[in-house]
Amino acid sequence: MTAFLSIRNLSISLQNGERILRSVNMELARGEVRGLVGESGAGKSMIGKAILGILPRALKIDEGEILFQGKNLLNLNPRELRKEIGANAALIPQDPLTALNPSHRIGRQITNRLVDILGWSKGDAVKRTYDLLDEVRIPDPKRVINSFPHELSGGMRQRILIASAFAAEPKLIIADEPTTALDVTVQKQILNLIGEMQSRHGTTLLFVTHDLGVVSKVCQSLSVLFLGKVIEDTNVFSFFDSPTHPYSKALLAATPKYTDPESDLIPVSEEILNSVKEEVVQLDLEWSNGR
Amino acid sequence: MVDTPRNINRKIGLRMWLSGGWLLFLLLATLFAPIISPHDPLAQDLFASRLPPFWMDGYEATYYLGSDSLGRDVLSRILYGAQIALLVALIASTATCVIGATLGVLAGYYGGWVDLVISRLVDIWMAFPPVLFAILLIAVLGTGLTSIIIAIIVIDWTRFCRVIRAETMSQSAMDYVASAKAAGRARFGIMIKEIVPNVLPTIVVLLTLEMGIAVIVEAILSFVNLSISTDFPTWGGMISEGRTSVHQAWWVIVFPLITLFLTVLSFSQLGEGLKDRFDPVLR
Amino acid sequence: MGDNIFEIQNLSVDVFDMARKPIIGAAPRLEILKDITFNIQHRDVIGIVGGSGSGKSTLGRAMLRLIEPSGGKIVFEGKDITDLNESELRPLRRKFQMIFQDPMSSLNPRHRVAAIIGGPLKLHGFARVDFLIEEALDHVGLPKSFKFRYPHELSGGQRQRIGIARAIAVKPNFILADEIVSGLDVSSQAKILSLLQKLVIDLGLTLAFISHDLSVVRRLSNKIIVLKEGTLIESSLTNKLFETPEHPYTEELLAAIPLPDPGQVWE
Repeated sequence: MTAFLSIRNLSISLQNGERILRSVNMELARGEVRGLVGESGAGKSMIGKAILGILPRALKIDEGEILFQGKNLLNLNPRELRKEIGANAALIPQDPLTALNPSHRIGRQITNRLVDILGWSKGDAVKRTYDLLDEVRIPDPKRVINSFPHELSGGMRQRILIASAFAAEPKLIIADEPTTALDVTVQKQILNLIGEMQSRHGTTLLFVTHDLGVVSKVCQSLSVLFLGKVIEDTNVFSFFDSPTHPYSKALLAATPKYTDPESDLIPVSEEILNSVKEEVVQLDLEWSNGR
Repeated sequence: MVDTPRNINRKIGLRMWLSGGWLLFLLLATLFAPIISPHDPLAQDLFASRLPPFWMDGYEATYYLGSDSLGRDVLSRILYGAQIALLVALIASTATCVIGATLGVLAGYYGGWVDLVISRLVDIWMAFPPVLFAILLIAVLGTGLTSIIIAIIVIDWTRFCRVIRAETMSQSAMDYVASAKAAGRARFGIMIKEIVPNVLPTIVVLLTLEMGIAVIVEAILSFVNLSISTDFPTWGGMISEGRTSVHQAWWVIVFPLITLFLTVLSFSQLGEGLKDRFDPVLR
Repeated sequence: MGDNIFEIQNLSVDVFDMARKPIIGAAPRLEILKDITFNIQHRDVIGIVGGSGSGKSTLGRAMLRLIEPSGGKIVFEGKDITDLNESELRPLRRKFQMIFQDPMSSLNPRHRVAAIIGGPLKLHGFARVDFLIEEALDHVGLPKSFKFRYPHELSGGQRQRIGIARAIAVKPNFILADEIVSGLDVSSQAKILSLLQKLVIDLGLTLAFISHDLSVVRRLSNKIIVLKEGTLIESSLTNKLFETPEHPYTEELLAAIPLPDPGQVWE
């Protein structure tokens, strides 16, 4: 049986040959919420971008497949990909300020996508926008629809982006660090909102983040990335209970917990880093020999 | 490791080689113009008028790029014209740069009334139409090399001032400035030691662009006969004179045009290339 | 009390609110800090906590006279420094140092590490500057050879170490650390925090640690003040604050921290 979304052997590198992702495998069942965890440079955002077909030009896909509802997205031409992705997937981006066009009113930015890309009628799109803003609990939607992005707070803007992501009832949503720019109290509201929307709509969610605390609140399963390689792939309970990979253990030990002030923060040791690095060097060697 | 520093390898690109090469060639041509010029640029020879360049029928030896309607050698005139062009480019743009950038840095860094005075001055200055301004100036100062240079400075310092002021303001907001202040460095010291080195790449780019602009302005003024006296060859003057005989002798206008075009392009490309090399961070 | 290193009394900061400036006339004032009062004792590690826009960074910079206060009093080591001018302040500046949030913007990209650390040393007339630079690098766990590098040749964690080295090189009595780990990955963050903890003990520093992350603050500090919208709403010993927070906002802050534990009840 094929999974709802499955990534097989995905390898991505820079034009100069430096590898960004190293044979990444990942399966998402329908309605699953999976965390994609890693530190900066681990390549976690690139997976989401590869799925949506928005990889930066400097990157090229060396091999692998991304099977979305049985179709390999990497084999589609740009027009087919737009159709497939535009109708079925959406992104909640990290920075709610730059993700909204500063010179357009909020309402127009939500309805535009529905009208221009999905061919809705203007009336339907506007009605849907009101419903959505209501659903993400924005008070006074009429005022917000007529506002410009800079007139709203960060939390408000992120609500708009969530509403916009869910607008066309996509089956898959990729959330790329959606709360990193927010205060903790606002982050909590936004995470709760994303969770609530996800379960109501039954959306499959790929949640990219560096924060293990956030993962434990939102996700059912997670993949840990390090140096472009999935080093652990498990469900959240067994991960936080007993991580198997030494790097995962170290990552967990380096994360401060206010409830446990006496425990020492243990920085990820050089030994662990070096052992993974050696592994990666070995992998790259085999990989380049195989080509 | 995840946390590895970036190593940036910068090569001198083809762009830099070509533009730098052309400008160097031009510089050498100016210096050695008396030696390498086949003819006196001013010598008229009515029996050798409108001679075509070397690959066409009717070509006469040593008039490699042909001659104009008065029988003056086009190549020699271009070589001597380069003297004026480069002289104006170097002196006018450097002076423009020094004045504009200094005022820009002062306005951007000190802010307050200093900024208010300088910025208002720039605003008012820029409201004058530049070409009319230049013509007016030369009418007052009289034609000649010095007048052209002064005209360029007077018109163009505002360009530097505005850009450098903005760049200085954005650098002043950086924490390394706050950190120097926290360390107890005096304001003037912060400006010279911390900010100026970071504004320098922008200044260099503007400077090279300005050199190109100065060459064009000089050519335009020559074209309208407001440059130095007509008996010394200038590119603009050649283009202006060649205009009348373009149907009979296209080479009189086309060769100076090509030279002018390549020179201005080279200055701007050199600037772009220098910016990349100058910047340690590659923003 | 005699052993206060900093006494902040009714400190206020306001700026011109350019967004609401009328076409003619002066812009109205916008209060960023309102009437802040607290003390820092020698050898304290005090956490300054709040959300974005709470004024915590402004407070830090106003304490060090990098921003002009509009009211109140700043007393450093028993001396009122509120109205000192820049040249009167200069000799004092050595004694209170700052480490900045973004090491990329706080290290001049055109200076080598030696100049970055050595600049303040020369300014304050230290002898044997070279030796002191190397000593500072050693304190932050970097090799001497780093002297010759430029900031862009360093990783994020290394840059932040240079920021720390610059602050401790001049042997200050007080250091203000403004969100110094918020831009770092957890593994570099853990290293920087342990380094700071060690330096506080080894060098006997008094430290004010500004952060939005209560988990990080709990690890370092013995006292915490909480700011919200420019007002000090709670000031307490660290353990007391975490066990029995007094202000509802503090409670809300604590409840909002996502612990790396799927069992945490979060409503």
